[in-house]
Amino acid sequence: MRRDRVFDFLAPPLPPEALVDTRHGPILYLEGVTVSFDGFKALDDLNLYIDDGELRCIIGPNGAGKTTMMDVITGRTRPDEGSAWFGSRIDLLRLDEPAIAAAGIGRKFQKPTVFENLDVLENLELASHGDKAVWRTLGARMDAELRATIERVLTTIGLEEAARRAAGALSHGQKQWLEIGMLLMQRPRLLLLDEPVAGMTHDEIARTAELLQTLAGEHSVVVVEHDMEFVRSIARKVTVLHEGSVLVEGDMAEVQADPRVVEVYLGE
Amino acid sequence: MRFLLADRGGLVLLGVLALAMLVVPLANLVVPPESALHVSTYTVTLLGKYLCYAVLALALDLVWGYCGVLSLGHGAFFALGGYAMGMYLMRQIGERGVYGHPVLPDFMVFLNWQELPWYWYGFDMFWFALVMVALAPGLLAFVFGWLAFRSRVTGVYLSIITQALTYALMLAFFRNEMGFGGNNGLTDFKDLLGFDLQADGMRVTLFLCSALLLALAYLACRAVVASRLGRVVVAVRDAESRARFLGYRVEYFKLWVFTFSAVLAGLAGALYVPQVGIINPSEFQPLNSIELVIWVAVGGRGTLWGAAAGAVLVNYAKTSFTAVLPEVWLFALGALFILSTLLLPRGLAGLLRRRGARA
Repeated sequence: MRRDRVFDFLAPPLPPEALVDTRHGPILYLEGVTVSFDGFKALDDLNLYIDDGELRCIIGPNGAGKTTMMDVITGRTRPDEGSAWFGSRIDLLRLDEPAIAAAGIGRKFQKPTVFENLDVLENLELASHGDKAVWRTLGARMDAELRATIERVLTTIGLEEAARRAAGALSHGQKQWLEIGMLLMQRPRLLLLDEPVAGMTHDEIARTAELLQTLAGEHSVVVVEHDMEFVRSIARKVTVLHEGSVLVEGDMAEVQADPRVVEVYLGE
Repeated sequence: MRFLLADRGGLVLLGVLALAMLVVPLANLVVPPESALHVSTYTVTLLGKYLCYAVLALALDLVWGYCGVLSLGHGAFFALGGYAMGMYLMRQIGERGVYGHPVLPDFMVFLNWQELPWYWYGFDMFWFALVMVALAPGLLAFVFGWLAFRSRVTGVYLSIITQALTYALMLAFFRNEMGFGGNNGLTDFKDLLGFDLQADGMRVTLFLCSALLLALAYLACRAVVASRLGRVVVAVRDAESRARFLGYRVEYFKLWVFTFSAVLAGLAGALYVPQVGIINPSEFQPLNSIELVIWVAVGGRGTLWGAAAGAVLVNYAKTSFTAVLPEVWLFALGALFILSTLLLPRGLAGLLRRRGARA
């Protein structure tokens, strides 16, 4: 015992990101997760591990449980059974949505969800990492550091020109990017992206693929996607979900050659 | 200062208020009654009443227009503030009541009560009454909001339970045993801080206080709306789960705004009561809270100044209408609401903004 640290509660609280312990490799552990809605098993004994810095694609036919899985990770749905750990120290099942977000998990929804009545800059400002208590936000000011971070993210997502435009006036693809930008402002360790290229043009898809690849490494990225061509262009490792559990896991070529995958997709 | 200059409508509102604070007292106290420019004391009080309504509308606009929480019970907070002030005014009557009891208000003597109920203690002191004016509605809003928002009650369900809240309070305050004067409420007020409530000077002072309160309430709301908190609140209104997944505790933000707004409504009620001279349970009527929503909708929600203007305009229309064709007023009010919803979804403020954009 350290003599200067007799009382734990006197020590300054650790920032949540310091708690994410990835020394064992994975940043996300889902083990034996089962979720049922009125008898229908949306997730059935799902086991999934995401390594730190990994870019993982998750595919699967409709109803395979992809969105439910994201709901479990982000605290929207509580599983009936199983465990979900962020790093090896944070038990996700004990936290609610804001706490999970503060711990470092960012989520992009299937339908791009931005604050339409605020402009792009304000959207990014609100998403910024930092104290989100009510009284603190009342007195919060935009400082130079935050401004610089916003500038950087604006460049990353290619929306410098639109900074003062209302988010509601952006094109569909731009909204998708803005939402990804908002996630970056959060400085998450793990990014969950639900269909990030839905409704994008070819050109936009290519740029998104590039963006996601630069994000991996510094962040861990989990992408749920239907667009096979896009998955092929970015995937290093692919997980196929079927009826709430993992069917196959491996690189794209392996997965595509697997007869069970072919059956699931053709049977649809 | 930037937060103010960005809102032109608000600047006009402040300008009009400043002008009224200058002109109305002069026209009442200095201009002789026979002059055409004289403003009668009756009118001064009427204007003061409208201004209190405007503060109430501002309070509702903050929760409804910005936070997206449609409260159909905001009249309850207004009435609670009014009752707190009314209790002080009752204690001020002292021995001048009909029964001449030194401590007990008339209605308690009438009910054969022997001593003052504990919750009437302290209301002989003005500062205590002022604290209660803010605390009673604030506390109710805090507890109610905490329960409702924590359970994630939203949308029409929330509107219905706020309506039930004000209705339940109305039924409770109708009961004599509650000790708030039953269905007669509190009335026969004599003076406030020793000044005769019927005197012209006092009426003008109350009008000035109302105008000042409206100006300060506008400034406070504007500051909230222009802060990051204001943007979070708009974000919660537009995409609640997005805000939650960004790490905001949505229910605390709603609770803060709801409570702040209730305190504002309470202050408005406290200034309203000495001007109209009575507070009774009918102030808790659900209909009052619904009318309030119409003021804000007509004026334009989510603009602050529009809500204040809507309150004054609709109430002016109500005063004129009920003098000529009292039975038609409710139909006119209903028609006004339907028309403004169909034709002016952003209210009069939206209409002005559109014309401004075109010019």
